Amino acid sequence: MLEVMKGIFSKEDSTSKDLAKERLRLVLVHDRIGVSPELIDDMKEELIEVISKYLDIDEDGLEMDLDRNDNSVALIANIPVKSLNNR
Amino acid sequence: MGKCIVITSGKGGVGKTTTSANLGTGLAKLGKRVVLIDADIGLRNLDVVLGLENRIVYDIVDVVEGNCRLEQALIKDKRYSSLCLLPAAQTRDKTAVNPDQMKELCEKLKKDFDYIVIDSPAGIEQGFKNAIAGADRALVVTTPEVSAVRDADRIIGMLEAEGLYDPELIINRVRIDMMNRGDMMNIEDMIEILAIKLLGVVPEDEKIVISTNKGEPVVLSDSSQSGEAFWNITRRLEGEEIPLISLEEGMLDRFKRIVGLR
Repeated sequence: MLEVMKGIFSKEDSTSKDLAKERLRLVLVHDRIGVSPELIDDMKEELIEVISKYLDIDEDGLEMDLDRNDNSVALIANIPVKSLNNR
Repeated sequence: MGKCIVITSGKGGVGKTTTSANLGTGLAKLGKRVVLIDADIGLRNLDVVLGLENRIVYDIVDVVEGNCRLEQALIKDKRYSSLCLLPAAQTRDKTAVNPDQMKELCEKLKKDFDYIVIDSPAGIEQGFKNAIAGADRALVVTTPEVSAVRDADRIIGMLEAEGLYDPELIINRVRIDMMNRGDMMNIEDMIEILAIKLLGVVPEDEKIVISTNKGEPVVLSDSSQSGEAFWNITRRLEGEEIPLISLEEGMLDRFKRIVGLR
Protein backbone atom coordinates (compact mmCIF):
# COMPACT_ATOMS: atom_id res chain seq x y z
CA MET A 1 0.00 0.00 0.00
CA LEU A 2 2.76 2.36 0.98
CA GLU A 3 4.61 1.51 -2.22
CA VAL A 4 1.53 2.31 -4.27
CA MET A 5 1.19 5.65 -2.54
CA LYS A 6 4.85 6.41 -3.13
CA GLY A 7 4.44 5.49 -6.79
CA ILE A 8 1.58 7.91 -7.19
CA PHE A 9 3.41 10.73 -5.47
CA SER A 10 6.69 10.28 -7.28
CA LYS A 11 4.84 10.32 -10.59
CA GLU A 12 3.23 13.56 -9.63
CA ASP A 13 6.57 14.98 -8.63
CA SER A 14 8.19 14.48 -12.01
CA THR A 15 5.85 16.21 -14.42
CA SER A 16 7.04 17.01 -17.92
CA LYS A 17 7.88 20.56 -16.89
CA ASP A 18 10.25 19.25 -14.23
CA LEU A 19 11.95 17.22 -16.91
CA ALA A 20 12.18 20.31 -19.11
CA LYS A 21 13.65 22.33 -16.27
CA GLU A 22 16.22 19.69 -15.39
CA ARG A 23 17.32 19.24 -19.00
CA LEU A 24 17.57 22.99 -19.46
CA ARG A 25 19.58 23.40 -16.31
CA LEU A 26 22.15 20.89 -17.56
CA VAL A 27 22.36 22.20 -21.07
CA LEU A 28 22.73 25.78 -19.85
CA VAL A 29 25.65 24.90 -17.61
CA HIS A 30 27.50 23.71 -20.71
CA ASP A 31 26.31 26.63 -22.85
CA ARG A 32 27.36 29.21 -20.32
CA ILE A 33 30.95 28.15 -19.97
CA GLY A 34 31.31 26.96 -23.55
CA VAL A 35 32.25 23.40 -22.71
CA SER A 36 30.77 20.64 -24.85
CA PRO A 37 29.89 17.18 -23.52
CA GLU A 38 32.55 15.79 -25.91
CA LEU A 39 35.22 17.85 -24.18
CA ILE A 40 34.07 16.51 -20.84
CA ASP A 41 34.35 12.98 -22.25
CA ASP A 42 37.89 13.62 -23.46
CA MET A 43 38.82 15.00 -20.06
CA LYS A 44 37.25 11.95 -18.41
CA GLU A 45 39.37 9.58 -20.52
CA GLU A 46 42.57 11.36 -19.56
CA LEU A 47 41.63 11.53 -15.91
CA ILE A 48 40.97 7.79 -15.87
CA GLU A 49 44.41 7.25 -17.37
CA VAL A 50 46.15 9.36 -14.73
CA ILE A 51 44.22 8.09 -11.72
CA SER A 52 44.58 4.45 -12.83
CA LYS A 53 48.32 4.81 -12.34
CA TYR A 54 47.73 5.16 -8.62
CA LEU A 55 44.37 3.60 -7.85
CA ASP A 56 42.30 0.74 -9.13
CA ILE A 57 39.14 2.55 -10.07
CA ASP A 58 35.77 1.48 -11.39
CA GLU A 59 35.78 3.13 -14.81
CA ASP A 60 32.16 2.31 -15.54
CA GLY A 61 31.02 3.82 -12.26
CA LEU A 62 32.85 7.07 -12.88
CA GLU A 63 30.62 10.09 -13.10
CA MET A 64 31.77 13.52 -14.06
CA ASP A 65 29.73 16.58 -14.83
CA LEU A 66 29.41 20.28 -14.40
CA ASP A 67 27.08 21.54 -11.75
CA ARG A 68 25.78 24.99 -11.08
CA ASN A 69 25.08 26.50 -7.70
CA ASP A 70 23.71 30.04 -7.78
CA ASN A 71 26.61 31.93 -9.30
CA SER A 72 29.36 29.35 -9.46
CA VAL A 73 30.00 26.34 -11.65
CA ALA A 74 31.80 23.31 -10.27
CA LEU A 75 33.26 20.25 -11.92
CA ILE A 76 32.00 17.34 -9.88
CA ALA A 77 33.62 13.94 -10.28
CA ASN A 78 32.57 10.79 -8.50
CA ILE A 79 35.26 8.12 -8.90
CA PRO A 80 34.62 4.79 -7.17
CA VAL A 81 37.83 3.11 -6.02
CA LYS A 82 37.97 -0.68 -6.14
CA SER A 83 41.20 -1.15 -4.23
CA LEU A 84 44.55 0.49 -3.75
CA ASN A 85 47.13 -0.71 -6.24
CA ASN A 86 49.89 -2.68 -4.65
CA ARG A 87 52.95 -0.65 -5.33
CA MET B 1 16.29 62.85 -24.81
CA GLY B 2 14.44 59.67 -25.66
CA LYS B 3 15.12 56.14 -24.55
CA CYS B 4 16.07 53.35 -26.89
CA ILE B 5 14.70 49.86 -26.16
CA VAL B 6 15.58 46.78 -28.18
CA ILE B 7 13.31 43.71 -28.30
CA THR B 8 15.34 40.49 -28.69
CA SER B 9 14.84 36.74 -28.30
CA GLY B 10 17.43 34.54 -29.98
CA LYS B 11 14.88 32.03 -31.20
CA GLY B 12 12.55 33.06 -34.00
CA GLY B 13 8.78 32.92 -33.81
CA VAL B 14 8.42 33.66 -30.10
CA GLY B 15 6.70 37.02 -30.63
CA LYS B 16 9.34 39.75 -30.95
CA THR B 17 7.50 41.59 -33.70
CA THR B 18 4.13 41.26 -31.99
CA THR B 19 5.69 42.52 -28.76
CA SER B 20 7.38 45.43 -30.53
CA ALA B 21 4.16 46.47 -32.27
CA ASN B 22 2.13 46.28 -29.09
CA LEU B 23 4.61 48.04 -26.81
CA GLY B 24 5.21 50.77 -29.40
CA THR B 25 1.48 51.28 -29.88
CA GLY B 26 0.90 51.08 -26.13
CA LEU B 27 3.48 53.80 -25.45
CA ALA B 28 1.82 55.99 -28.10
CA LYS B 29 -1.52 55.34 -26.38
CA LEU B 30 0.10 56.65 -23.20
CA GLY B 31 0.80 59.85 -25.11
CA LYS B 32 4.47 59.24 -25.82
CA ARG B 33 6.22 60.09 -29.07
CA VAL B 34 7.40 56.72 -30.35
CA VAL B 35 9.36 55.45 -33.31
CA LEU B 36 9.42 51.74 -34.06
CA ILE B 37 12.44 50.50 -36.01
CA ASP B 38 12.25 47.24 -37.92
CA ALA B 39 15.86 46.03 -37.77
CA ASP B 40 15.07 42.69 -39.42
CA ILE B 41 16.52 43.68 -42.79
CA GLY B 42 15.53 41.31 -45.57
CA LEU B 43 12.59 39.92 -43.59
CA ARG B 44 10.40 42.98 -43.14
CA ASN B 45 7.35 42.28 -40.98
CA LEU B 46 6.64 44.99 -38.46
CA ASP B 47 4.89 47.01 -41.19
CA VAL B 48 2.25 44.30 -41.82
CA VAL B 49 1.67 43.69 -38.12
CA LEU B 50 0.94 47.40 -37.75
CA GLY B 51 -1.13 47.53 -40.95
CA LEU B 52 1.21 50.08 -42.56
CA GLU B 53 2.59 47.98 -45.41
CA ASN B 54 0.98 50.06 -48.18
CA ARG B 55 2.59 53.29 -47.11
CA ILE B 56 6.26 52.41 -47.40
CA VAL B 57 8.29 54.53 -49.78
CA TYR B 58 11.75 54.57 -48.20
CA ASP B 59 13.35 52.30 -45.64
CA ILE B 60 16.16 52.20 -43.07
CA VAL B 61 18.82 51.39 -45.69
CA ASP B 62 17.73 54.37 -47.80
CA VAL B 63 18.25 56.58 -44.74
CA VAL B 64 21.66 55.12 -43.91
CA GLU B 65 22.83 55.36 -47.51
CA GLY B 66 21.57 58.92 -47.88
CA ASN B 67 18.95 58.21 -50.55
CA CYS B 68 16.41 60.14 -48.51
CA ARG B 69 16.15 62.24 -45.38
CA LEU B 70 15.29 60.46 -42.13
CA GLU B 71 11.91 62.21 -41.89
CA GLN B 72 10.95 61.01 -45.37
CA ALA B 73 11.33 57.37 -44.35
CA LEU B 74 9.26 57.63 -41.17
CA ILE B 75 5.72 56.33 -41.71
CA LYS B 76 3.00 57.81 -39.52
CA ASP B 77 0.69 55.34 -37.82
CA LYS B 78 -3.00 55.35 -38.79
CA ARG B 79 -4.25 55.58 -35.21
CA TYR B 80 -1.69 57.65 -33.34
CA SER B 81 0.05 60.59 -34.95
CA SER B 82 2.79 60.36 -32.31
CA LEU B 83 3.74 56.86 -33.51
CA CYS B 84 6.08 56.29 -36.47
CA LEU B 85 7.62 53.29 -38.16
CA LEU B 86 11.04 53.15 -39.78
CA PRO B 87 10.67 50.04 -41.97
CA ALA B 88 13.34 47.48 -42.79
CA ALA B 89 14.60 47.09 -46.35
CA GLN B 90 13.20 43.99 -47.98
CA THR B 91 15.70 43.54 -50.80
CA ARG B 92 18.93 43.88 -48.83
CA ASP B 93 20.70 41.79 -46.23
CA LYS B 94 21.76 42.28 -42.62
CA THR B 95 25.10 43.82 -43.57
CA ALA B 96 23.43 46.84 -45.21
CA VAL B 97 23.53 48.71 -41.86
CA ASN B 98 26.48 48.59 -39.45
CA PRO B 99 26.51 49.15 -35.68
CA ASP B 100 27.97 52.68 -35.96
CA GLN B 101 25.27 53.72 -38.41
CA MET B 102 22.62 52.28 -36.12
CA LYS B 103 24.01 54.17 -33.14
CA GLU B 104 24.02 57.41 -35.09
CA LEU B 105 20.46 56.83 -36.25
CA CYS B 106 19.25 56.20 -32.68
CA GLU B 107 21.02 59.31 -31.38
CA LYS B 108 19.28 61.42 -34.03
CA LEU B 109 15.86 59.92 -33.28
CA LYS B 110 16.28 60.38 -29.54
CA LYS B 111 16.08 64.14 -30.05
CA ASP B 112 12.57 63.96 -31.51
CA PHE B 113 11.04 60.95 -29.79
CA ASP B 114 10.46 59.76 -26.21
CA TYR B 115 10.92 56.12 -27.14
CA ILE B 116 12.73 54.25 -29.87
CA VAL B 117 11.61 50.62 -29.95
CA ILE B 118 13.78 48.33 -32.07
CA ASP B 119 12.51 44.98 -33.33
CA SER B 120 15.63 42.80 -33.54
CA PRO B 121 16.00 39.90 -35.97
CA ALA B 122 16.22 36.37 -34.58
CA GLY B 123 19.67 34.88 -34.22
CA ILE B 124 22.97 36.01 -32.75
CA GLU B 125 24.71 37.17 -35.92
CA GLN B 126 25.39 40.57 -37.41
CA GLY B 127 21.72 41.56 -37.64
CA PHE B 128 21.32 41.15 -33.90
CA LYS B 129 24.52 43.08 -33.19
CA ASN B 130 23.34 45.94 -35.41
CA ALA B 131 19.92 46.00 -33.75
CA ILE B 132 21.30 46.35 -30.22
CA ALA B 133 24.08 48.82 -31.06
CA GLY B 134 22.11 51.95 -30.21
CA ALA B 135 19.99 50.57 -27.37
CA ASP B 136 20.00 51.68 -23.71
CA ARG B 137 17.71 48.94 -22.53
CA ALA B 138 16.97 45.41 -23.73
CA LEU B 139 13.93 43.19 -23.41
CA VAL B 140 14.16 39.45 -24.02
CA VAL B 141 11.05 37.65 -25.28
CA THR B 142 10.70 33.93 -24.72
CA THR B 143 8.03 31.23 -24.60
CA PRO B 144 7.92 28.48 -21.96
CA GLU B 145 9.69 25.95 -24.19
CA VAL B 146 13.17 24.55 -23.67
CA SER B 147 14.44 25.71 -27.06
CA ALA B 148 13.25 29.29 -26.57
CA VAL B 149 14.56 29.47 -23.00
CA ARG B 150 17.93 28.11 -24.02
CA ASP B 151 18.26 30.73 -26.77
CA ALA B 152 17.06 33.44 -24.38
CA ASP B 153 19.87 32.49 -22.00
CA ARG B 154 22.38 32.82 -24.82
CA ILE B 155 21.00 36.22 -25.78
CA ILE B 156 21.12 37.45 -22.18
CA GLY B 157 24.82 36.54 -22.09
CA MET B 158 25.47 38.35 -25.35
CA LEU B 159 23.55 41.46 -24.29
CA GLU B 160 25.60 41.63 -21.12
CA ALA B 161 28.80 41.19 -23.11
CA GLU B 162 27.75 44.18 -25.23
CA GLY B 163 27.18 46.32 -22.16
CA LEU B 164 23.38 45.96 -21.97
CA TYR B 165 23.16 44.87 -18.36
CA ASP B 166 19.93 43.87 -16.63
CA PRO B 167 17.85 42.86 -19.62
CA GLU B 168 14.21 42.24 -18.70
CA LEU B 169 12.11 39.21 -19.55
CA ILE B 170 8.75 38.89 -21.28
CA ILE B 171 7.25 35.40 -21.24
CA ASN B 172 4.91 35.02 -24.18
CA ARG B 173 2.34 32.40 -25.21
CA VAL B 174 1.77 31.14 -21.71
CA ARG B 175 -0.93 28.53 -21.16
CA ILE B 176 -2.22 28.50 -17.62
CA ASP B 177 -4.04 25.19 -18.02
CA MET B 178 -0.81 23.47 -19.02
CA MET B 179 1.14 25.16 -16.22
CA ASN B 180 -1.42 23.98 -13.71
CA ARG B 181 -1.07 20.43 -14.99
CA GLY B 182 2.72 20.67 -14.72
CA ASP B 183 3.12 20.29 -18.46
CA MET B 184 4.61 23.72 -19.04
CA MET B 185 7.38 25.44 -17.10
CA ASN B 186 5.82 28.03 -14.85
CA ILE B 187 6.86 31.63 -14.30
CA GLU B 188 8.97 30.88 -11.21
CA ASP B 189 10.81 28.05 -13.02
CA MET B 190 11.79 30.34 -15.85
CA ILE B 191 12.89 33.21 -13.64
CA GLU B 192 14.95 30.80 -11.60
CA ILE B 193 16.69 29.44 -14.69
CA LEU B 194 17.30 32.71 -16.50
CA ALA B 195 17.91 34.78 -13.35
CA ILE B 196 16.69 38.09 -14.80
CA LYS B 197 13.96 40.52 -13.92
CA LEU B 198 10.47 39.70 -15.17
CA LEU B 199 8.71 42.51 -17.02
CA GLY B 200 5.55 40.65 -17.90
CA VAL B 201 3.67 37.57 -18.96
CA VAL B 202 1.44 37.30 -22.03
CA PRO B 203 -1.05 34.45 -22.38
CA GLU B 204 -1.47 32.44 -25.55
CA ASP B 205 -4.45 34.09 -27.20
CA GLU B 206 -6.15 33.58 -30.54
CA LYS B 207 -6.94 37.29 -30.55
CA ILE B 208 -3.27 37.82 -31.45
CA VAL B 209 -3.79 35.94 -34.70
CA ILE B 210 -6.94 37.92 -35.45
CA SER B 211 -5.31 41.25 -34.65
CA THR B 212 -2.33 40.40 -36.85
CA ASN B 213 -4.73 39.46 -39.66
CA LYS B 214 -6.23 42.91 -39.40
CA GLY B 215 -2.99 44.79 -38.81
CA GLU B 216 -4.28 46.22 -35.53
CA PRO B 217 -2.16 45.62 -32.41
CA VAL B 218 -4.13 43.75 -29.74
CA VAL B 219 -3.15 46.34 -27.11
CA LEU B 220 -5.82 48.59 -28.67
CA SER B 221 -8.63 46.12 -27.96
CA ASP B 222 -10.25 46.37 -24.55
CA SER B 223 -11.46 42.85 -24.19
CA SER B 224 -8.50 40.54 -24.64
CA GLN B 225 -6.21 38.94 -22.09
CA SER B 226 -3.16 39.38 -24.29
CA GLY B 227 -4.06 43.02 -24.94
CA GLU B 228 -4.37 43.62 -21.20
CA ALA B 229 -1.00 41.92 -20.65
CA PHE B 230 0.73 44.11 -23.26
CA TRP B 231 -0.90 47.21 -21.80
CA ASN B 232 0.44 46.30 -18.35
CA ILE B 233 3.92 45.75 -19.76
CA THR B 234 3.75 49.13 -21.49
CA ARG B 235 2.95 50.83 -18.22
CA ARG B 236 5.70 48.94 -16.40
CA LEU B 237 8.12 50.20 -19.05
CA GLU B 238 7.09 53.68 -18.04
CA GLY B 239 7.95 52.85 -14.44
CA GLU B 240 4.47 52.15 -13.06
CA GLU B 241 4.22 49.40 -10.46
CA ILE B 242 1.62 46.99 -11.77
CA PRO B 243 1.19 43.53 -10.30
CA LEU B 244 1.16 40.59 -12.69
CA ILE B 245 -2.35 40.11 -13.98
CA SER B 246 -4.55 37.55 -12.33
CA LEU B 247 -3.91 34.99 -15.01
CA GLU B 248 -0.74 33.81 -13.30
CA GLU B 249 -1.10 34.12 -9.60
CA GLY B 250 -4.84 34.26 -9.18
CA MET B 251 -5.41 31.13 -11.18
CA LEU B 252 -2.55 29.29 -9.52
CA ASP B 253 -3.69 30.16 -6.03
CA ARG B 254 -7.25 29.17 -6.76
CA PHE B 255 -6.01 25.91 -8.19
CA LYS B 256 -3.87 25.23 -5.14
CA ARG B 257 -6.75 26.02 -2.83
CA ILE B 258 -9.11 23.62 -4.57
CA VAL B 259 -6.60 20.81 -4.78
CA GLY B 260 -4.59 21.35 -1.62
CA LEU B 261 -7.12 22.22 1.04
CA ARG B 262 -9.79 19.75 0.25
